[in-house]
Amino acid sequence: MTALPNTMHFAAPVRRRGTISVPTVTLAHGGGGSAMRNLIDDVFVSVFDNPALAPLEDQARFSLAELSRLGDRLAFTTDSYVVDPLFFPGGDIGKLAVCGTINDLAVGGAIPLYLTCSAIIEEGLEVDTLRALAKSMALAAADAGVSIVTGDTKVVHKGTCDKLFLNTAGIGIIREGVNLGADRCRPGDAVLVNGLLGDHGAAILNARGDMALSTAIESDCAALHELIAELLAAAPATRFIRDATRGGLATVLNEAARASGAGIEIWETATPMREEVKAFCEILGLDPLYLANEGKIVCVVPKDEQAAALQSLRGHPLGRGAAIVGHVTGESPGRVVMNTAFGGRRIVDMLVGDQLPRIC
Amino acid sequence: MKYVDEFRNPQKAKALLREIEKLIARIDICRHRPLSLMEVCGGHTHTIFKFGVETMLPDAVELVHGPGCPVCVLPMGRVDDCVALAETPGVIFTTFGDAMRVPGSKKSLLQAKAGGADVRMVYSPLDALKLARLYPEKEIVFFGLGFETTMPSTALTILQAEREGIRNFSLFCNHITIIPTIKAILDSPELQIDGFLGPGHVSMVIGTRPYRFIAEHYKRPLVIAGFEPLDVLQSVWMLLKQIAEGRCEIENQYNRVVPEDANREALAAVNRVYELREFFEWRGLGSIDHSGVRLRAAYARYDAERKFSVPAIRIADPKSCQCGEVLKGVIKPWECKVFGKACTPEKPLGALMVSSEGACAAYYQFGAIPRQKQGTNAA
Repeated sequence: MTALPNTMHFAAPVRRRGTISVPTVTLAHGGGGSAMRNLIDDVFVSVFDNPALAPLEDQARFSLAELSRLGDRLAFTTDSYVVDPLFFPGGDIGKLAVCGTINDLAVGGAIPLYLTCSAIIEEGLEVDTLRALAKSMALAAADAGVSIVTGDTKVVHKGTCDKLFLNTAGIGIIREGVNLGADRCRPGDAVLVNGLLGDHGAAILNARGDMALSTAIESDCAALHELIAELLAAAPATRFIRDATRGGLATVLNEAARASGAGIEIWETATPMREEVKAFCEILGLDPLYLANEGKIVCVVPKDEQAAALQSLRGHPLGRGAAIVGHVTGESPGRVVMNTAFGGRRIVDMLVGDQLPRIC
Repeated sequence: MKYVDEFRNPQKAKALLREIEKLIARIDICRHRPLSLMEVCGGHTHTIFKFGVETMLPDAVELVHGPGCPVCVLPMGRVDDCVALAETPGVIFTTFGDAMRVPGSKKSLLQAKAGGADVRMVYSPLDALKLARLYPEKEIVFFGLGFETTMPSTALTILQAEREGIRNFSLFCNHITIIPTIKAILDSPELQIDGFLGPGHVSMVIGTRPYRFIAEHYKRPLVIAGFEPLDVLQSVWMLLKQIAEGRCEIENQYNRVVPEDANREALAAVNRVYELREFFEWRGLGSIDHSGVRLRAAYARYDAERKFSVPAIRIADPKSCQCGEVLKGVIKPWECKVFGKACTPEKPLGALMVSSEGACAAYYQFGAIPRQKQGTNAA
């Protein structure tokens, strides 16, 4: 884990932290007065505590000199989280908001350092729910060695948002010499994933409950920056990494094929997937290649580094199920072709929108 | 996956393909031109593309993807009616998922939902009935769609609503019937189909007898096929065997599901609730006599068309569309003038680009991969 550079220290004003005694968030908590201050203190500041956040200024401040010791470029990203339900097997919106943004930084080769947390809260949300989610964010951030350094809350009228939306922005530092990009894929390169695909998408669909199916599939939500750092050390010529979130493996491969102008060929039999996830998709008429993941990356590495990359991924707890699923080709430029387990071939295209279940 | 993987066994596929090659060598027609076999059902089209079955077949066999995708053949005017119903105050409009994106003349259900209409995706008409119990102050409309496969389930839902005295539930009935549709294709003067893969789940309801006229009158063989890729390959093999032996019969490959006789209880429910319409408008094929059903007068109170005012305006297919010719096997999807240009899955002009089961959308999405590539599969 990378040690955080020291942030500039401010003498935190000594004052008593506010607390909330009502069970639900109301519009008063968004009014800018003491109720809002109490909400921020009770729910967020108490668990996010760190030197950059402590002064509660409108912004966190960092020493450029400290940051530049880690690398030569700043990576900056943002992502919003609107998942329904807020809690699901394997995680919750809080953990997701931390891990997701860390991963968005890490797949660019950046060392993730600081996150923001912006919460849009629907009035009526239980304060305990919010506390549990903030705690989950704090825990995920501490596990990953990043700090949540600034934030914002807004409370909106009932019906204008779905319980809670979170936004996290993040900054990280890219080491000198690390250059990853979808356009860098070349014919002959190997395509790898770090484990079983589709768990998150299936877990969320299942947790919504309207499918009336019972499965034990859990979300794979996890921060992958350490796994990626080890991969980049083992396979320094790695061309491209992306987390296979919305749209799944199929979408990432299409993005890589289009950006590089090369073709990508994969084998269905090499694609790691749980039997439960396959069966879940079979029943609902969905294609598991497009299911979202929250703890899976797709990486493209030159052929001469594929063995080292695979070994590195498999050596990390979050990459035990890693596999080479295909390779970049000089044929069918911009397209992704899959050799089916049955023995045929098909094109795996981008989806127009969401997957919609078939009528019969 | 038990009961699934057995029907996706690649070794069995190879063995069947070898047998198919042997039969082709015995068929005279194959010396002059490829055999054209039509799969009627959209479910088969889906299987063929999902597993790449077409890329495994020898060049001497061409598959023509027929009209059996109920989402695709829905005319634009009916989608407009759905949108109008969905936008009626107090209505919760319920539908199967893949009907959400079908474009009407102005918008799709997905766009109507974005505009504030209460449109909900369900997996069964019984889920819609559940909503009716849950929201007695609302009117629940279910978008009934599909061939004989889905017809019994909506009929039984209506009967259930009647038994429970539920009044706030109605059906926007767009059910269509398979036999008049196949007949319309067979009557087409441009027809170039040597045999049919018959629909599996429709046949589970109607049995195998109603297809006899196809062999007897039109002299075309038909094999009722299951939906796994080995089912499709075996059915192709059975069709070729008939052709090679000079036979022309109705055979049933899917006998683990499809009985020779109709499912009497399902048909009784269907006949009790529905009656044939004089004609029904199809996207791509035009008007076909007796090809649709509507609710009988006795169930008028469950008929959304009678309960609410729907615009019911007929909208002609765009002139540039050649869906009809693709459906009949006269041209291939990519030979259509607008394929992939004015007509894409994002902005479909014609019926066949609408659902992933439509022949054009399937080609666009899963792609036609040159068959000579099939030897290069080794990882």
